[in-house]
Amino acid sequence: MLPLVLAGTAVLLASGLAGLRRAAPDAARRIVYGSSLGLCAALALAGLAALGAPPTVLRLPLFVPWVGAWFRLDPLAGFFLFVVNLGGAGASLYGLGYGRHEPTPERVLAFYPAFLAAMNLVLLAADAFGFLFAWELMSVTSWALVVAHHHEPGNRRAGFLYLLMATLSGLALLLAFGLLAGPAGDYGFAAMRAARPAGGAAALALLLALAGTGAKAGLMPLHAWLPEAHPAAPSHVSALMSGVMTKVAVYAFIRIVFDLLGGPPWWAAVVVLALGGATAVLGVLQALLQRDLKRLLAYSTVENIGIVFIGLGLAMAFRADGDPIGAALALTAALFHVFNHAVFKSLLFYGAGAVQAATGSRDMDALGGLIHRMRLTSFAVLVGCGAISALPPLNGFVSEWLTFQAILLHPDLPQWGFKVMLPADGALLALAAALAAACFVKAYGITFLGRPRSQAAATAMEVDGFSRATMAGFAALCLLGGIFPGVMIDALAPVAHALLGTRLPAQLALPWVTVVPVAAARSSYNGLLIFLFIATATSLTVLAIHRFASHAVRRSPAWDCGFPDPSPATQYTADSFAQPIRRVFAASLFRAREVVTMPPPGDTGPATIEKTFCDPFWDWGYAPVAGWIDRAATTLNVLQFLTIRRYLSFVFLALVTLLLAVALWG
Amino acid sequence: MGGFGFDVAHMLAGLLVLASLTMLYQDRLVALINVLAAHALILSASVAWQAHLQGAPDLYVTAAIAFGFKAVFIPWALRRIVRELGVHREIETVVGIGPTMLAGIGLVALSLEVMLPVTAAADPVARQDIALALSVVLIGLLIMVTRRNAVSQVVGFLSIDNGISLAATGARGMPLVVEISVAFSVLVAFIVIGIFLFRIRERFDTVDLGALDEFSGERQ
Amino acid sequence: MILSLLVQGVQMSLVLLAAPLLTGAVRKVKARWQRRRGASVLQPYRDLRRLLGKDVVLAENASWLFRTAPYLIFAFTWVAASLVPTFAAGLIFSWTGDLIAIIALLGAARFMLTLAGMDIGTAFGGIGASREAMIAALAEPAMLMIIIALALMAGSSQLSTIAEFMASSAAGPRVSAALALVAFVIVALAENARIPVDNPATHLELTMVHEAMVLEYSGRHLAMIELAAALKLLLMVSAIACIFGPIGLVVAGPAGAAAAAPGVAAIGAYTIGAAAYAGKLAVAAVLLGTFESAIAKMRVFRVPNLLGGALMLGLLATLLLFVSRGL
Repeated sequence: MLPLVLAGTAVLLASGLAGLRRAAPDAARRIVYGSSLGLCAALALAGLAALGAPPTVLRLPLFVPWVGAWFRLDPLAGFFLFVVNLGGAGASLYGLGYGRHEPTPERVLAFYPAFLAAMNLVLLAADAFGFLFAWELMSVTSWALVVAHHHEPGNRRAGFLYLLMATLSGLALLLAFGLLAGPAGDYGFAAMRAARPAGGAAALALLLALAGTGAKAGLMPLHAWLPEAHPAAPSHVSALMSGVMTKVAVYAFIRIVFDLLGGPPWWAAVVVLALGGATAVLGVLQALLQRDLKRLLAYSTVENIGIVFIGLGLAMAFRADGDPIGAALALTAALFHVFNHAVFKSLLFYGAGAVQAATGSRDMDALGGLIHRMRLTSFAVLVGCGAISALPPLNGFVSEWLTFQAILLHPDLPQWGFKVMLPADGALLALAAALAAACFVKAYGITFLGRPRSQAAATAMEVDGFSRATMAGFAALCLLGGIFPGVMIDALAPVAHALLGTRLPAQLALPWVTVVPVAAARSSYNGLLIFLFIATATSLTVLAIHRFASHAVRRSPAWDCGFPDPSPATQYTADSFAQPIRRVFAASLFRAREVVTMPPPGDTGPATIEKTFCDPFWDWGYAPVAGWIDRAATTLNVLQFLTIRRYLSFVFLALVTLLLAVALWG
Repeated sequence: MGGFGFDVAHMLAGLLVLASLTMLYQDRLVALINVLAAHALILSASVAWQAHLQGAPDLYVTAAIAFGFKAVFIPWALRRIVRELGVHREIETVVGIGPTMLAGIGLVALSLEVMLPVTAAADPVARQDIALALSVVLIGLLIMVTRRNAVSQVVGFLSIDNGISLAATGARGMPLVVEISVAFSVLVAFIVIGIFLFRIRERFDTVDLGALDEFSGERQ
Repeated sequence: MILSLLVQGVQMSLVLLAAPLLTGAVRKVKARWQRRRGASVLQPYRDLRRLLGKDVVLAENASWLFRTAPYLIFAFTWVAASLVPTFAAGLIFSWTGDLIAIIALLGAARFMLTLAGMDIGTAFGGIGASREAMIAALAEPAMLMIIIALALMAGSSQLSTIAEFMASSAAGPRVSAALALVAFVIVALAENARIPVDNPATHLELTMVHEAMVLEYSGRHLAMIELAAALKLLLMVSAIACIFGPIGLVVAGPAGAAAAAPGVAAIGAYTIGAAAYAGKLAVAAVLLGTFESAIAKMRVFRVPNLLGGALMLGLLATLLLFVSRGL
């Protein structure tokens, strides 16, 4: 099957050429998105098939002749193949309709299939060279998509920042693979597995891998590019970048840390847990402060990556202490969340795209009341908001519940670091979930509910059929994932088995498809029954009330304590909704400040409120580094204006120094 | 697990830590002093329970001293001082309550992490007493660091003393003579600080220690 | 099997029927403390009947979400409430969800309520929703710390199992349990919009949170929301009672084992359990009414300190558990 998968990927890569036909943009759009849809669907099925199959390996005579290009399809790659191509298929279907609004389609169509193919290649590559090639291809093609709308202000800066961080990430991974390959210098993954580094080299490789993959996934403090770059792309590409590409980075982390490096030391788990907890809370807090819908979603991606990394950190912790069941539970939770996030974040970006297509704006303070005009979009986005806020019976709740269950297993860990760290991470996770609920109440409430705040919002039209079908499908996936979590947990069992040597007990055999991660006495959850109970209770109540009580409805102006104001400006805005949370949490973390200036009595001038907050990562992390680089560059600038004799003497000195070094250590 | 005796000792020590954390939470001076009284009360109960567990009658004396001095006399005196000084009731904290509480919990975790492995050989009651006593001492220091008001600094100082007493009684008690002399030295310190407070107030018309900085020689 | 299904059915209808009574009892106690005679404890039932008979007056721009939200809120809360052991633990469907799921169901109800508050587009709905979101963001971490502490003690996050552990002799005097209890009470007060966090009886607009969100509701919709609020109060009281005071609770080992006991004996045990539960509700009503009469409402921005305190109590309980477990 691996050759077929590779062939499919190659066709995907090539189909971008069709997008270059400027003459017939409509036909090009249909060809590109249609073929991507078909290929992605096939590849997703192949990924599912690979979950249960033994690994297959293939060597192609590409790249470096004597090494060749190794490819491998195992359960881990299969699972991510499924997630990536599910997102890819959704984005393609959505793109069929949404692509119509694209002003410069050739800038998107040419790179879109290549981006998809590059992500698939990352998953399939089984040697460092091929992996890094695919990784960089993924970065470059997505960069091209980010700067597709390069005329809009801010997008070029976003593209520059993204390219910079992608370079950093590639460099870190390059060095990590260098350490993994060891002195023998065999870059095949099989050889790395056979000769695992130990001690300092392993620790350094782990930290480099964390930096390299974290920078791509949006792990703090390397997340700063993400909220700039993801919203800049067209919405279905944003969905791919946020929902899928970050998952490729998670895959790379799992591949390196769990597969290539073997058992990481326990302190590494503490580092990952700390970063994950901080990322989850700070990410969602930043999301809450945004008023641009797509930026909000991008920051929320940062949060969800934090949750995934909490799960991965837990798995590392349990693994370091020889508790395979705990590790399998935590890893399953993390991978389940990977799938869930891919689904609901894609759905939400499609919704944001639909809003943008319908109103031309993504500033929430210019929207409102869309629930009346975009019925299906508003319903699908509501489901997505519920899922991302971890509400039962939707899918987001199940993966967070599994993560909590893994945390509750932690007293079995002997290290005191974990005993303190894990309850704290549990509280951070709960805080992140509650803040996410607040964040998406805000996003949904300001965008879809209330009264329209602009003419465009008041006259918005529902989007095309392709977009609606995609959103409805993904909303259904959110519900199905929450009702039948056992299917997903069982599907993930081979992945856990391949990486950890153990698996969770089979769930589907249990009565009523209950989820019992460890033991029935510890905890269990039944999404199906919860859903049935809620559905029954709701319909029974509605029936009973409408049968036995009044069912008359009178329409009247809003009550509003007797003083309704016709101006939509009197509603709560994105900023005012976030004000209490900003005041409680962000005052110290982000130095959020509000300055109210009132005109003196008698003056008819307006009162003003000024809100500021800063990103500590920019102010204390990125800005100083940029400053140092700038200063160093200025200093080194002198070297550009030397005489030829000086340059020669530098070369000579360098040569002599190197020779000396060889003589001394050689 | 050491059975019922351990459970009660653990509960009392835990309550002592809780009382320390409650001090961090309080931002009213009178309430703070009330918590200090409760703190000392819990301490004396804990010491009495130790006396019962260890069968050491001299510890009952210690418990009585703790009750008499620390739970009754000193809070009464402090209340008087507050009343006579007419100190405003709000405490100006240097940092907010939230971060302070977080730091307090962090200190508890730290002292547990440091003390429990070190004392692995001792018996369970003493181990947990010593570990929790360290956290009481650290939280006391935290109170002194984060508060500006001189009276609340005194409260922090006294809670440190309570923590030390808990550790000492847990470790099979200290000799009665030492205990009495410690009690008296605390009393003397208390009197000195009390007088000092009145002098500060006379001189600078405030007991906010921030005001003293302005008068220190270094700044001029 | 039939008996256990029956018991589950009794439990589901019991919470529904008892919830307004508890609310009425709390109001009665508060009235007595204010030296008023107060309305009858049955008044909430009359209120509900009256609301159900009235027309719904709907704002002109109310959407479908506004009209469906009351039923969903009620359903979420009812399902959550029927998962909490009241007079018997280990009911046939108790494994459907653990304490985390119950809290999440309440979160789902709150999600719908806050959205409904924003649907009409009035400033009151917005202020209520945004403050409710803040309180929830503070209460949930505290709740999770309590769950961690309880799970450490009982080895489970399943309410029935926790109740069985607490009823057994293995529990012993635990400072952690006491800390968790205090924290749980604080969180329950915040979750139920009680004093000192919110005032359930206020109609002074700027001080309210819950009432501001439901300002636009009327008729049967309002009845559903009021009933859901009463159910939530009952749920929290039941949870506290079954965790921290499982006296008289029918505990019969793993789920379904009670049904295996001889019929008459089982029914006798259930009767005692129900009587004990009624007693616990009465005590809770008196305590809550007294507490609310004795204390003032907090400023909104003092609430973070209170709930932060609950979080700290939960953390401290967890840390102390490590000490007592580790020795």
